[in-house]
This record gives sequence, C-alpha cells and structure tokens, in this order.
Amino acid sequence: MELKTPLYDTHVKYGGKIVPFAGYLLPVQYSGVIAEHMAVRNAAGLFDVSHMGEVILKGKDALANLNRLMTNDFTDMYDGQARYSPMCNSNGGVVDDLIVYKINDETYFIVINASNRHKDVAWMKEHIQDDVTMEDISDSVAQIALQGPKAKAIMEKIVPAENIPQKNYSFIPRVMIGGAECILSFTGYTGEDGYEIYTSPENAAAVWELLMENGKEEGLIPCGLGARDTLRLEAAMPLYGHEMTDDITPIESGLGFFVKMNKEDFIGKQGIIAKGEQKIKRVGLKVVGRGIIREHCDLYDGDKKIGVVSSGTHCPCVGTAVGMALVDIEYAAVGTTLEADVRGRRVAVEVIKLPFYKKGEVLVK
Amino acid sequence: MNIPAELKFTRSHEWIKDLGNGEYEIGISDFAQHELGDLVFVNLPQEGDTITMEEPFADVESVKAVSDIYSPVTAVVKEINEEILDAPETINSGAYDAWFVRVENVTETAELLSAEEYEAFLNEEA
Repeated sequence: MELKTPLYDTHVKYGGKIVPFAGYLLPVQYSGVIAEHMAVRNAAGLFDVSHMGEVILKGKDALANLNRLMTNDFTDMYDGQARYSPMCNSNGGVVDDLIVYKINDETYFIVINASNRHKDVAWMKEHIQDDVTMEDISDSVAQIALQGPKAKAIMEKIVPAENIPQKNYSFIPRVMIGGAECILSFTGYTGEDGYEIYTSPENAAAVWELLMENGKEEGLIPCGLGARDTLRLEAAMPLYGHEMTDDITPIESGLGFFVKMNKEDFIGKQGIIAKGEQKIKRVGLKVVGRGIIREHCDLYDGDKKIGVVSSGTHCPCVGTAVGMALVDIEYAAVGTTLEADVRGRRVAVEVIKLPFYKKGEVLVK
Repeated sequence: MNIPAELKFTRSHEWIKDLGNGEYEIGISDFAQHELGDLVFVNLPQEGDTITMEEPFADVESVKAVSDIYSPVTAVVKEINEEILDAPETINSGAYDAWFVRVENVTETAELLSAEEYEAFLNEEA
C-alpha cells in the first residue's frame, strides 16, 4: 500500500494526476509535462519531494564517519554548506547518491533517495562506528522544491533577503516561511536555480499555498514527477537506478569529480581500484533517426551490443529526443554514431556532449 | 466528454469514420489523447501496408511512455497523415481531426461501439 505525502490532498485539489512512485502516491503531472517543464525553464515550478528520505548523523565522530561512508570529502565544509556525494558498497558500486548538509561540526543532515531509504539506513547503521548516532527522520520531514529563474523573486516576497541563501549548495537552518520553521537550501534537481525547503509535515500545505499565492504573478505552477524527470535529464543529472546502480562505480557513472581517491580510505575505494582501467562511460546521445530512445534500449555497433540507454525521452526545451547511456569506453567519443534498438527497430543515435541544457542555453546542436 | 456522434469507437479508444466511398479514417479518441498526455512522437505504417484488425498499426509516444494504437479493421493503407508525424501535438489539440491513416479494401471489422455506447463504456471504466 502506497503512502501519502503530507501534500496529497493539495495535489488532488490542484488537479494532479496521481501515480504510485517509490512507495508514495505522487502527482506525475498537473497541467501537462511540457507546460510544467517550460514553466521551470522560463518562470518557476513547485514540486512536492516529500518522498525523499532524511537522516541525521550526530556525534564527535560524525565527520570521520561521513568521510568513510561517502566518496566525497566533507572536511573543509562550513556550517550551512551542502555537498553532493555518491555512497559506495565495498565493490565500488553505488548504494545511493545523496546530499549532506552541515549543520555544525557534530551534526549533519543527509538527504537520500526515497527508493533507497531502507537500504541506505541499514547500510549506514551497519557501517558507522565510534562516537556517532544515526536517526532516520524521513517521516517527520516534508520537502518542497521551488525551481526556476523566478524562484528568487518569489522567495523574496515571503522571506527577508538575509534569510535567503545566496550561494549554490548553501542553506540556512531556521528560516520562517509564513508560520513554519524551515531549512531553506539553495539546491535543486532541474538545472535551474531554486530552493529546496524542508519543514514539518503539518506545515507543508501552508508553505505550499503561500508559495503558490506569492508566485502567481511570476507564473509559478505546480509540477509533477514527469517534469522533474525531463528537467533533470536535460541538465544531465544522474538518477539512481538509471545512471547509477549497485553494480557500476561512480567513475563509470561520470561522477568522478565527487570521488576523492586521494582520501586515506573510504568504503568502495579498493573496489574501484580493483576494477582497473575504466571500461564503461556515461555519455549523452542524440537521436538522429526517427524515434525516441528510452531506458533499457540496447545500443549496437553493427551486431555488437556495446551499451544500454539509462534514461531517455523527448526533451521539451531541447526540442528533440535525447538520452544518457552507459557504453563501452571505446564508443564514448563525441561524434560516434551507434544504433539503438527501439522496440525491435534500429534507430540511429550520435554521442554528444553532456549536459543538453545549461542555465538558459540549449547546448544540443 | 467530446464524443462525435458520427464516429464509431473501439474499447481500446480508437475511432473510425466512414468517408462513404469505401474509405475510412482512423484515429484516437479525445479520452485517449487526454490519458496519454503531451504527445511528442508518432510512428505510422506506410501507404500500401495491410493493417490487421485488433493488432497494433501505429504507436504514439508521450514524454513519459509509448503506447500502441490498434486497428479496428483489416484493410489497406491508402494514405497516412504526415501532418501528425511533424506535429504530434495536433492529436492533443484535436483528436478527431488528427486522423492517423485513411484505409480502403476493408475485409474485416472488429466489434465497434456507437458514440453512445462508447460514452457508456467510458463511464463504466471511470
């Protein structure tokens, strides 16, 4: 039985088309995926992401545990900073990717994927050590994302400027939005500037309504999971279960920047080393034939299967069918032409640079 | 619900229109386009192809998914609507104008619903 987020009734009220996703009932769309996608690119969109999981790591040895559990390095963070990282298993495969928020030297707030919540919590519990405690607080946290070029103007109507984080991947821990105490963070998953707001479930609907009301002039509309997926794909942001899995390393997923091999040790380091030279790479693909490539489409060079599409669809802003894929490294060069098996039909694709879109600019030629 | 009285329907939400000269147009219902959401790609058969009753003859893709479109008849494709290949969104804006194919030499016809019956069927499903 799927759970409802604290905003379920709000979604129904706004005409959301509800579907089951990662154990929750969530809106896949309201007005339509394309309209919602374009609103986020040109104005602003509001998303319920309360299904995401949250964990608190606390104690004198919190930092040492983070640096051992995750592939990124959290040593030089300031209070109020957020940092993205993969978390690996001992083979170097990815358990999950997550964002770590530093509240202070001994307290970290970690946001994980809904679909991995129980796996992550079990994994982390099993591997933390020394003076640290861990608590899964997912059920007492609601999350709303306000994204798009108009997000700042909307936020400024409700929150004094000094309480709005100004730097990408920074946050302010106790901000009042209406009557609700929130964590306000300058983060997102759309390729646009915007905010993610964490608050208590009982405050979620009021925060949502306040934002909708104040965003009317700017063209703010509610957005569903459909647009969330097309937006992140256009911005080439990886999604767990697609570009990352338990069996591929973050290096292969194109996340090498977030893997600090110079760190003394972390879980997965030996596994990554043991894999040797990189054999698989995440690439961008553009469809040059007729059709749409989607997840699980096999990729061929003649008769030889050389990879698989990890995410793909028609991207509204780019205006054409694109995708991301994991391919054998010798086929990863930009300009390489391949064929995708789209339901038994061969469709020509070309390897192109990622991302497809960056802050107002479509990069697909 | 928009269900033109002059059309016949299938339970898989296609419509068929008798053009009166032995030719028929086939498309998808307004209900179907609404359920599918924003359409971004259409795959059609070729002129001269034989399409078969109750089997897929085309597919449409929204941003989220691909769906097969089933033929209400066994017949030969006389003409395809190239306009929807270039602009799949016209199916969303007018499902009953955006025909997929015109067919002739109909040899078999599936069980079809009148507009009234189709409306009753949709109400049952809802």
